[in-house]
Amino acid sequence: MNKKITKIFIPRETAAMSMGSDELAEKIALFSESKNISIEIVRNGSWGMSWLEPLIEVDTSDGRVAYGPVSIDDIESLFESNFLEGSDHALCQGKTQNIPYLKSQQRWTFRKCGLIDPTCIHSYIENDGYLGLKKSIANQKNIINQIDISGLRGRGGAGFPTGIKWKTVENAEADQKFIACNADEGDSGTFSDRILMESDPFALIEGMTIAGIAVGANRGYIYLRSEYPHAYNILLNAVETAKKHNWLGENIQDSEFDFNIDIHVGGGSYVCGEETAMLESLEGKAGTIRYKPPLPAIEGLFGKPTIVNNVVTLASVPDIMAFGGDAYAEHGVNRSKGTLAFQLSGNVKQGGLVELAFGVTLREIIDKWGGGTASGKPVYAVQVGGPLGAYFPESLLDTPLDYEAFSEKKGMVGHGGIVIFDDSVDMAAQARFAMEFCSIESCGKCTPCRIGSTRGMEVIDNITNNLDREKNLELLDDLCETMIDGSLCAMGGLTPFPVKSALKYFPEDFKINNEN
Amino acid sequence: MKKKYNEKTAIDIIDKVGARPEMLVQILHAFIKKFSYIDEQAIRLIAKKINLSRAEIHGVVSFYHDFRTEPTGEKVIKICQAEACQSMGSRELTKYAEKILDVNMHQTSKDMKLTLEPVYCLGNCALSPAIMIDEKVYGKVNEEKLNDLVENL
Ligand SMILES: Cc1cc2nc3c(=O)[nH]c(=O)nc-3n(C[C@H](O)[C@H](O)[C@H](O)COP(=O)(O)O)c2cc1C
Ligand code: SF4
Ligand code: FES
Repeated sequence: MNKKITKIFIPRETAAMSMGSDELAEKIALFSESKNISIEIVRNGSWGMSWLEPLIEVDTSDGRVAYGPVSIDDIESLFESNFLEGSDHALCQGKTQNIPYLKSQQRWTFRKCGLIDPTCIHSYIENDGYLGLKKSIANQKNIINQIDISGLRGRGGAGFPTGIKWKTVENAEADQKFIACNADEGDSGTFSDRILMESDPFALIEGMTIAGIAVGANRGYIYLRSEYPHAYNILLNAVETAKKHNWLGENIQDSEFDFNIDIHVGGGSYVCGEETAMLESLEGKAGTIRYKPPLPAIEGLFGKPTIVNNVVTLASVPDIMAFGGDAYAEHGVNRSKGTLAFQLSGNVKQGGLVELAFGVTLREIIDKWGGGTASGKPVYAVQVGGPLGAYFPESLLDTPLDYEAFSEKKGMVGHGGIVIFDDSVDMAAQARFAMEFCSIESCGKCTPCRIGSTRGMEVIDNITNNLDREKNLELLDDLCETMIDGSLCAMGGLTPFPVKSALKYFPEDFKINNEN
Repeated sequence: MKKKYNEKTAIDIIDKVGARPEMLVQILHAFIKKFSYIDEQAIRLIAKKINLSRAEIHGVVSFYHDFRTEPTGEKVIKICQAEACQSMGSRELTKYAEKILDVNMHQTSKDMKLTLEPVYCLGNCALSPAIMIDEKVYGKVNEEKLNDLVENL
């Protein structure tokens, strides 16, 4: 008997697993065994098309063919319809590379996500992994130059130019420097760091190593939120594997450079995503915000010069070094160069990760990729940039996604999360939640944030309960201004933005509550 | 399985993670993983081992949401309360869960079988509402799916 072994890709990534991909892999293995069919199951990461998860792929002579969302009940019919040859089936999405959702993206940082097995360093290297690090070792002096040319800005939220930050650390004199990767990804509606770490962990490790070589740091930390246990396992395995293959450790690839990475897990605190709170937490302390200056680039972890960068920022670096800063800067508009991994979530038909050059409008992304709301109703409100981002009404959907265009409208691109709501949302409840979240997560250092947020909840309750409505509306406005002006960090300083935008664009939702 | 606090295991944990002040958050995590909570005796022990005052350890324990000071039930169910999940009905789902499980948020059932907690984003926002049972995440959880999950606990 002539048995061909067909490869089947079944993602091992939180979104896919949350829809049963582990159980699916188990059942597919059992089924094929019972039918004497030879298959090899590869547990890849995710392409980010969460709405199709579990999205499984069959490796055919003609390329990978995708089926999704697959449930255990579909296994028999898939085998019956000969899906191992890539044949048609109700769940067949055609060739993976041709799925419009994916094909129409500009994949750069996420190009290997879904493609490769995240536990396999060889599949990473086969796909141009570690090309950037090789070039960096060969020409250390050119690294920061290329980062500058790329125009890369921090993807953690603030959009600070990465090259400038690195140069500051490079120029700081010290016996020890650190690279600290911010993998706290606390913003609701965001999951790009998670998908990257779970699907292509070596890209992050390579990016951190290049950063270390650029500035003369031989130690790195990944500060990972505790809500991501699967990412932890994948990262830990990747760090060990990289060490074994001498891509981490002493004299990396026989060069003069050393670099090691430790992974620290956070304590379930949102404010620890702020860089100075993160450094405190990395030092084992409570995550209270530090005063700036000094900047972490001058006095960071344990008082030493430290690069703090987001996961996606660092993971964008290897390909910038491999293919040149110019190639990266070709994407994007104005001062927003390159790509951003937008994350569509909430009430949306096709939620997932969409990596695109900056400049696309909110409406385009929601219609073209999102396919509209899950409920089929019109879009009513959209929150971009996490819990501290403003709520936009329908009339602002034509705003292009570019850092400056968004801040002009008092919005924030942030980490690229786009959360969609239909008209079943109560915007007064959302405004109240913004205050509540701030009161739960405030580090407690300044009064406007700590006390103001609790006061904010009461004032919003008074407004919706029609207690001294006019006076309380005025009070809320004052309170917001005090928080904006009197807070040390963006936790207290930006919480008023979702509140004020809800009030401004959705005043009808703040009407008196007594009907319900 | 979660164990009752005992000093010998606790010492092993501290030594394994590293008895240094900068490892405090990591030590506390290892305790949570093992015992589900931070015992008063644990605070005393850690203070001694890493040379910090008990007040300092208390300060860190009380700062972080993860570091509970009461034991949890056998299973911990976390329901996401953040915006993407709100937009797909997490508020209603939470009320429903409290009803069928007969516990409120932040509480443990009398039989110590389960603890219900809020969480602010699990990174599964594209498949909201999301919940987590121990370390496993579930997406698009409606009442029916929650019933199934609870039945199979
Ligand atoms: C309250 C608050 C929470 C934050 N959370 C995160 C986070 O989860 N991840 C992140 O990368 N940056 C977060 N930031 C931004 C960081 O302070 C910092 O700007 C970023 O890590 C720098 O990296 P980048 O330049 O690569 O973006 C947060 C900021 C604030 C004020
Ligand atoms: S604004 Fe809030 S979180 Fe930021 S330093 Fe002040 S109290 Fe802490
Ligand atoms: S908002 Fe619920 S998982 Fe992110």
